[in-house]
Amino acid sequence: MTIPAPLRTTLFEETLPGGGHTSFVLKRGQLLRLTDIEGSANVSMMLFNAHEKSERLNLPDSLKCQHTAKLTAGHCLYSDMGRVLAAIVTDTCGWSDSFGGVLNAEEVKAHYGEGRYQELRNGFFRNGVDNLLVEMGKWNMNLADLLMTLNLFSKVTIDAEGRFQFHANNSAAGDLIELYAPMDTLVVLTALQHPMDPNPQYAPKPVQLSWHQVADDGITVLCRNTRAENVRGLYNTDRIHL
Amino acid sequence: MTLTHSDKQPDNASLRSHIAAGEPFMLDIKAGQTVRLLDLEGNQAVDTLFYSASNPRERYDVQRTLRRQNSVYLTAGSVLYSNMGNPMLTISADTCGRHDTLGGACAQESNTVRYALNTRYMHSCRDNFLRASLHDGRLTKADISANINFFMNVPVTPEGGLTFEDGISGAGKYVELVAHMDIIILISNCPQLNNPCNGYNPTPAEILVWDQ
Repeated sequence: MTIPAPLRTTLFEETLPGGGHTSFVLKRGQLLRLTDIEGSANVSMMLFNAHEKSERLNLPDSLKCQHTAKLTAGHCLYSDMGRVLAAIVTDTCGWSDSFGGVLNAEEVKAHYGEGRYQELRNGFFRNGVDNLLVEMGKWNMNLADLLMTLNLFSKVTIDAEGRFQFHANNSAAGDLIELYAPMDTLVVLTALQHPMDPNPQYAPKPVQLSWHQVADDGITVLCRNTRAENVRGLYNTDRIHL
Repeated sequence: MTLTHSDKQPDNASLRSHIAAGEPFMLDIKAGQTVRLLDLEGNQAVDTLFYSASNPRERYDVQRTLRRQNSVYLTAGSVLYSNMGNPMLTISADTCGRHDTLGGACAQESNTVRYALNTRYMHSCRDNFLRASLHDGRLTKADISANINFFMNVPVTPEGGLTFEDGISGAGKYVELVAHMDIIILISNCPQLNNPCNGYNPTPAEILVWDQ
């Protein structure tokens, strides 16, 4: 379900280049739109309560309470405290991956070879662990806070034996995912290739980020209708604003 | 599903401890030791986390572990990797054959979402993890990440569904792991009363350790 963009106020827009990392507080009532500019993007994401950062995205809670191993429009992203850090209100590519995580420096070198700053300058081969740690360090968090990441735009399925299948080109140019924040949520992002992407070339794709003000919380109706659990999760979230 | 038995004898174990239903348990084991988790009565979930004893910030990393073995399920032969990319333990025997890697641990807060708001004050695994961690002093809330639920059956469908099935574990089923580094094991023997997986009846488990 895509909410027509003209009905919303655009607050800001920015391009996150492939390999880049960023973090910001998405305030209660705001919406973040991520748009795959070229196709085949992957964005690894972590979420925190902006005011109490020990409260973090909990993917096991998110998956089991919604009885899903994929996350898409209509699903909520839960913290370890039973609250909704973000609701996925739009998703035109249909699947975000909870299994793959991110690569560290050694794994990037094993996948793509050496890619140092000394030779490549800002085209050097970055990795998800370092990128996320840099952003988390800016908010006084550390390695202990680096838990599972959600890989937006990426699709990984599981066969009857439990083996993973990475689906290349799950996301096309123009595909978008919109996250609505029912509480003040610290968002930490990096745009890097999915760890299971078989492309032997280091070629992370850019994404467009845009921030919007949402007029009312009717935007969560889709999530509330998806599962009764989300009604309770959003109730828990409302309680911190008493 | 291949099952792998162990030739280790309980009589030779250097440690043998009963873990009552709903209790936390913490144990240090040394590199080279083998630890067995035993489902005494069947269909229990033994929620387990692993840490490096020399640096407790180094811990079991579910995403790296699953990615490196290209499988969402753990069984004999599976290597458990840390968030630093190091091998922590290898599963050396498994007579159950299916263990949940995605469901995480129950909590007061997640129970209100999953089941009903009035489950808020029931006992939970994350209460157990916190109680054991904060008494011990080496671990805090920040260290509590996605755990393994030994003996719990949570199949994933090709369409991306996550289902909670009747347990496939039975009385006497076990899993054994060999440690590659000095390890802190943090366990909550799950007290969940709302999930049909265990027949609404949490039961005891046993832990055994062999030096060789």
